[in-house]
Amino acid sequence: MTVETVGFWVVAAVLLASSLAVVLTPNLFHAVLFLAAALVATGAIFLLLAQPFLFAVQLLLYAGGVVTIVVFAIMLTERLVGQRIRQTSRHLVNGAIVSAAVFAGIAGFLLRSPLATLPPGPATDATIAIGRALVGPFAVTLELLGVLLVTALLGALHFARGEE
Amino acid sequence: MIGLSSYLVLAALVFSIGLFGVLTRRNAVGILLGIELMLNAVNINLVAFARYNGDLIGVIFTLFTISITVAEVAVGLAIVIAIFRVRRTVEADRLDLLRG
Repeated sequence: MTVETVGFWVVAAVLLASSLAVVLTPNLFHAVLFLAAALVATGAIFLLLAQPFLFAVQLLLYAGGVVTIVVFAIMLTERLVGQRIRQTSRHLVNGAIVSAAVFAGIAGFLLRSPLATLPPGPATDATIAIGRALVGPFAVTLELLGVLLVTALLGALHFARGEE
Repeated sequence: MIGLSSYLVLAALVFSIGLFGVLTRRNAVGILLGIELMLNAVNINLVAFARYNGDLIGVIFTLFTISITVAEVAVGLAIVIAIFRVRRTVEADRLDLLRG
């Protein structure tokens, strides 16, 4: 049992448990907190896959940004305390059947594919290479992403602004 | 040694859990949380393939999908707030304006 093996199983258990809590807990605010835990666990998976830069991005954008704006949206649409925060689920059995079928399909495909024999690549820090690629072959894509972010910002402002 | 298929199975499990949340949640914000889980599972897949193939394309694609997801969440929550202002509810079952 190497450190990577133990780390993978611990992180996988945390990720699966917090993901289940996100979709099952009746309190929406608790669901957001469990989502934050699941996002941090995903970042730990990135660390295990030798991508510390992605871990930082995941913490900053997801666990920092997304969770914050979801909490703000809940505060604006429901009261944080009281009965209205409780949310119910519907079609639990049907949803479970469909999800299990999707997972069985993916797992069946994985079991029949020859992927399991691939050895991992070298575990080098790829941050410098990512930076070079972003301003080299992917420069146009990066600029388009900036345009998309500005568009999303203006769109969110337009939708959320009240008509005064 | 952890193989590639372990990461892929883990990502498939998280994806299925997120799909379960999207299918069963009544609250629109809860549905958005399920979509977040599904997109995270996809990111795990992309990074795992990048690691085991020894190239960077998957990592760069993950950077782009993370940024696009953040933009999508911002716009989605803005729409939820706008809907709440008009209809006073964010329950997906009661938002049936376009139902024929």
